Amino acid sequence: MARLCQEANFQLGADVLAAFEKGLEEEVSPTGRDIFRQLIENARIAREESVPMCQDTGFAVVFLEVGQDVHITGGELYAAINEGVRKGYREGYLRKSILGHPLERKNTGDNTPAVIHCRLVPGDQLKITVAPKGGGSENMSGLKMLKPADGVTGVKKFVLEQVSQAGSNPCPPIIVGVGMGGTFEKAALLAKEALLRPVGQKSPRPEIAQLEEELLTEINKLGIGPQGLGGRVTALAVHVEVYAVHMASLPVAVNINCHATRHKSIIL
Amino acid sequence: MSAEVIRLSAPLSDPDVEQLKAGRQVLISGKMYTGRDAAHKKMVELLDQGKELPVDLEGQIIYYVGPTPAKPGQVIGSAGPTTSGRMDAYTPRLLAAGLKGMIGKGMRSEEVKEAMKKYKAVYLAAVGGAGALIARSIKKAQVVAYPELGAEAIYELVVEDFPAIVVNDVWGGDLYLEGRKKYAI
Repeated sequence: MARLCQEANFQLGADVLAAFEKGLEEEVSPTGRDIFRQLIENARIAREESVPMCQDTGFAVVFLEVGQDVHITGGELYAAINEGVRKGYREGYLRKSILGHPLERKNTGDNTPAVIHCRLVPGDQLKITVAPKGGGSENMSGLKMLKPADGVTGVKKFVLEQVSQAGSNPCPPIIVGVGMGGTFEKAALLAKEALLRPVGQKSPRPEIAQLEEELLTEINKLGIGPQGLGGRVTALAVHVEVYAVHMASLPVAVNINCHATRHKSIIL
Repeated sequence: MSAEVIRLSAPLSDPDVEQLKAGRQVLISGKMYTGRDAAHKKMVELLDQGKELPVDLEGQIIYYVGPTPAKPGQVIGSAGPTTSGRMDAYTPRLLAAGLKGMIGKGMRSEEVKEAMKKYKAVYLAAVGGAGALIARSIKKAQVVAYPELGAEAIYELVVEDFPAIVVNDVWGGDLYLEGRKKYAI
């Protein structure tokens, strides 16, 4: 756990780096191109010197996939996860950004508790994914309960509005995670899970892959560009996840990730 | 960086800021302070009570940053900019107190932009998420106020060729609006 927290913060994924290189090629704004070069250099320094690529080392969001044949002994799993976060953030010189209460706002001092999402799956393995999430991009996320009549046009409009309003705040180039369907909380979780997909990997559903492509094109026409300073590469990817939905509903959630889209997994 | 980079020496004077136009890249050397939400709140409370600020802001730059803890041997940890909009409610008061420059990321409010014109101050963007790279231009870091705030304490930084881009100038220029307009399709 501790190692995953640190590696996620020090080592930018090959998928994101490849997206930077592609962005550098496609960006037409000289300032935007310069920003891509700085981001590539920043990722190199972070990896070589084992330092965080960004000072916002995030909320430790942890996804657990627990095989139903796994029996966990020797203590509480969630306590073990939090102990790993504590150790990882302390020993890795990562920033402690978590406050114990939303109104009292006192720092817990060790970046715990983690936000833990647990799913039971077939098999005898335990998969742990750590996805540290920065505050700046998380703040630009949103959810709307659309009317079914709004359809795909309404979905696109909401996603574009959300990205447009976010502007320079979430540190573009961004990754846009969209959750569509389910209930209020399911849509939000789908949007978060969409960010775990390797950057640029298309949805296996052809109609959703097409929606992702169309959204990416529309977003990159907004002109926001790297860091919001103007340009044609505002988003590196749009990932959409879907779920069954109540006949009365069309929930859509947009979870924005900055370019430091960090996640590391281990299978035990 | 382009050939048109302006080298700035901080703290700043009126002529220093008047030459800066939105979109211009700069390299800053000299002294600046750090400050985030909590330190801003405390400073404005002092101003409300008619008390002196813990640091003299005349001509100074505040960099909105909450660095990671320094590893042994490091001057400072990763130190990229945080979202500036959270400081908007407090900023006009600090500009009135002499603040000349702010470095962060993200849009400012109309009130802040007006106050920047009135008091002749600039807002610059550093590259958000390039914390490891930016830290290389920070040569010294020392807590000068509110140590109890941890990463949110006010540090005095000595920087060399700190890279930033002018977003809002004293003439009403706004790179976020102009840049977006230029590249929107």
